Amino acid sequence: MTEQHHIKLPEGSIEKQTTTLNVGPTHPATHGVFQNIMELDGERIVSAESTVGYIHRAFEKIAERRPLYQITPLTDRLNYCSSPINNMGWHITCEKLLGVQTPKRVDYLRIIIMELARISDHLICNSIVGVDTGAYTGFLYVMQYRELIYEIYEEVCGSRLTTNIGRIGGFERNFTNTAFAKLEKFLNEYPKVLKEFENLFTRNRIFMERTIGGGAISAERALSYGFTGPNLRAAGVDYDVRVHSPYSSYQDFAFIIPVGKTGDNYDRFLVRNEEMWQSLSIIEQAYKKVQEFKGREANVYHADTPEYYLPEKKDVYTKMEALIWHFKIVMGEVDMPKGEVYQSVEGGNGELGFYLISDGGRAPFRLHFRRPCFIYYQAYPELVTGSMLSDAIVTMSSLNLIAGEMDG
Amino acid sequence: MAHSPWKRFYYNVITMDYGPWTKANNMALTNETIQQKLTEKFGEAVFHFEESYGMLSFEAAKENNLKVMQFLFDEPSLNFRFLTDLCAVHYPDDAGRELAVVYHLHNLQDNVRIRFRVHASVAQPDVFTASKLFAAANWMERETFDFYGVNFVGHPNLKRILNVDEMDYFPMRKEYPLEDQTRVDKDDEMFGRG
Repeated sequence: MTEQHHIKLPEGSIEKQTTTLNVGPTHPATHGVFQNIMELDGERIVSAESTVGYIHRAFEKIAERRPLYQITPLTDRLNYCSSPINNMGWHITCEKLLGVQTPKRVDYLRIIIMELARISDHLICNSIVGVDTGAYTGFLYVMQYRELIYEIYEEVCGSRLTTNIGRIGGFERNFTNTAFAKLEKFLNEYPKVLKEFENLFTRNRIFMERTIGGGAISAERALSYGFTGPNLRAAGVDYDVRVHSPYSSYQDFAFIIPVGKTGDNYDRFLVRNEEMWQSLSIIEQAYKKVQEFKGREANVYHADTPEYYLPEKKDVYTKMEALIWHFKIVMGEVDMPKGEVYQSVEGGNGELGFYLISDGGRAPFRLHFRRPCFIYYQAYPELVTGSMLSDAIVTMSSLNLIAGEMDG
Repeated sequence: MAHSPWKRFYYNVITMDYGPWTKANNMALTNETIQQKLTEKFGEAVFHFEESYGMLSFEAAKENNLKVMQFLFDEPSLNFRFLTDLCAVHYPDDAGRELAVVYHLHNLQDNVRIRFRVHASVAQPDVFTASKLFAAANWMERETFDFYGVNFVGHPNLKRILNVDEMDYFPMRKEYPLEDQTRVDKDDEMFGRG
C-alpha cells in the first residue's frame, strides 16, 4: 500500500464532471497516427484538442539538400492514397520553374493517372466512412478495384502505393498495351461497382441517420479554415483547382463540379461519390483523346527537354547523348533557374500546393508543401464539439485525414 | 455513363457545370489594378512589387502586415478572403531581415492569387498574427513558429506543433544543415552508425 502514496491525482480530478479520453495516437479508429484529447460528458464531446506531428519526417528540410528528382519520392509519402497526384504536382511545379512545355499526349496521360488516383483516394475515404458507420462490405468490395488501379500504376511505373511516377516533362516509359487494356477493363467494370457501392450506402437509412448533420460546417467557416477540395465543395463552394487554375490541359475537358449544401458527413460522402463519376468521365474523355493521336505523336510520352528529362535506362547504356544527360542530371550538374513558383494541383483532399524558391542551385532554396490535411484538420475540434463520440469518428474519416500529408 | 444514374435520388446535392470555363477565365482583376489600389492606400509602405510566373508579389514592413491584409480582405474590389498558404523563409545573408513570412492569398471570385511577404530580423522575429482574420492561420503560424521561430504576436496558442515540445532550436533555419551521413560521433548501433 505504502508504495502507492506517491501517486497524485491531478487537482480537481475527483470533482470533475467530465471524462478525459485519449483517442490516439495509435487507435484503430483514427486510421492514422494522431491524437485527439476529448473531454466527454457521457458520450457527448464537450471539447477536443488535437495533437499532430507523430510522423513528421522533415520533408521540407530534406528537400533543401535534394535535387529535383530525389524530391519526387518525398511527395509520394504525403497523401499516400493518391501519390501519383503528388508526384505529378511536383513535376508540374518543376516544369513551371524550368519552363518546360509538355506535349498534349503527356498531359492527357497524366490526367488519366491523376483521375485514377483521385478515384482510389475517394474510394478509400468513402468506404472507410462506411466501415466507421458499421458497414464493412462496401470497403472489402471496392478494394478489388483499387487493386486494379494499382495494377495500372504498376504497368506504367513499376510500383503501387508510393509510386514515384513520371519524370519532369512526362513519363519514364510509354504506356504499354497491357496498361491500356487494364484501363479499359477498369472503365468497363468500375461503373457497375460504383453503382452498387452507392446502392449500399446512399439511401441506406442507417447510413443516412449516422451521417446527416454530423460534422457540419458552413461555407464561411470552411473558407476561413482554408478548406479546399471535396470538404469545401460539400459546404457549397464550387472551388476546384482543376477549373480555376487549370494545369495539365484540364481546360480541354468537360466535367461537373459537384457541390453540397450543408457540409456535413453525408454531403462529403455524396460529393466524393459524384466526383468519382466525374473522374470516370474525364478518364474516358482523356483515353479517347489519347487514341486520336496519329503517327509520330501517337508515341510521344515525354517532352523534348534532354537537360531535365532523365533518360530511359536502356538508352543510357547504349547511347552517348543519353549517357551524358543521365550523368549531368544524376551528378547535379544541371542547375535550376532562379525564381519563385507557386503551383497547386487538385489533390485527393484539396489544393496541394508547392511553393518552390530556387536560388539557382541544384536543390531548392526553400520548398513548402501546402498540405490540405494539415490546414483543415484544425477545424476538427469545432466540427465535433457537441456531437457524440462515435459521430466524431465518422467525421474524422469523412474529412479524409491522411497522417502522412498532415505531418509532412 | 458520364453522369451518375442515381442523381435524381440525391436530395440535397446540387451540381454546377463550369464546362466552358467562363468563370475561370474571367480575369477582371489584373495585377496592375491590385498594385495601383495598394499604392493608393499605402503609398510607400508597400514596395518590391514583382510579377513572377504570373503571380503578383509584394512586400510591406512587418508592422503593417495586418493593415495590408485587412485592406485586401475588406476592400470589395480586391476581396482576398482566402488564405492559401503561410510559411517562412530564412535568408541568412540578408542582415536585419533574415526571416521572411510569406502569405499566399486568393481572391476566389476573380480567381487571382497574390503573394505578400514581410521580413523580420532573426534577433527580433515578432510579426502580428493573422489568426483573427483567417482561422486557417492558427496552425500555419504554429508550424512557422515551430520551424523558424517567428513569434506571432497575439496568437492564441503559439506552441510547437510538429516537433517535440522539448526542442530548443528552430530546425528549418539555415544554420542547421541536414545531418552528415558520415558522422562518427554517434554511437548508435540501431541505426548502423558508430
